[in-house]
Amino acid sequence: MTCFPDAPDAARRLLLKGALAGGLAGLGFAASGSFAFADADANANAKDWPADAFKQKGEAETLKDLYGKAAEVSDKITLDAPEIAENGAVVPVSVASTLPNVTAISILVLENPNTLAAAYKIPEGTEPSVSNRLKMAKTSKVVAVVEAGGKLYSASKEVKVTVGGCGG
Amino acid sequence: MASTIRVRAVASGDSTEVQSLIQHPMDSGFVKDSKGELIPAHHIEVVTFEHGGKVVFTAYWGPAVSKDPYVKFKFKGGKKGDDLKVSWVDNKGASDSMVAKIQ
Repeated sequence: MTCFPDAPDAARRLLLKGALAGGLAGLGFAASGSFAFADADANANAKDWPADAFKQKGEAETLKDLYGKAAEVSDKITLDAPEIAENGAVVPVSVASTLPNVTAISILVLENPNTLAAAYKIPEGTEPSVSNRLKMAKTSKVVAVVEAGGKLYSASKEVKVTVGGCGG
Repeated sequence: MASTIRVRAVASGDSTEVQSLIQHPMDSGFVKDSKGELIPAHHIEVVTFEHGGKVVFTAYWGPAVSKDPYVKFKFKGGKKGDDLKVSWVDNKGASDSMVAKIQ
């Protein structure tokens, strides 16, 4: 199976990181609201997509790119995922939190080629709860990250994958 | 053409539960075809859900989201008969949108 490609062009990533380091905090969906909601009637807009965060490997790097900060472990996050996923192509993952003022939820699969799987923006009035289905290349820790009141919190769970979700 | 989006939004009490399924290959860019050539990445990047002129939920998806992606969330407000607009755009610039009625 050919899940893991050669490392992406590290030099390019570094360059991008350098160039964007300053702007990334704003690019992440920070509580500042610098991002989106500008035009409520607009359709989904690809320019909002945090491209660099989706290219990262590793939890710390991904969170730095996405939010510009690190997460602390919290027991106020519920991460619901199977102990064993027979089919890595479709792994149901749900995240919910009882933290107040949640503004974003993201889900990271640490052993995937790129760590960030999905990120969700939770505006005021939307419940801090999301369910989706993700691909997992192999057995991995899955990390749920919740942004609440401008801070990041996380919870994680190991999911064993019997057949990787890379189709190979 | 049939919409790529299927959405079911049900109002209950003061909140509305939304479940949506979108038809999309969500190719990761890491899988080879039968000739051994990489299938290029082709995945949805952004999905927005809008109710009453306000974006109530935005999803940012990478290639690790499963084929024909499913997502479920809940927002406060929303009454039976209200419009809920769903739209997506992928990394090749394709897009689709639809308006569903809250049940």
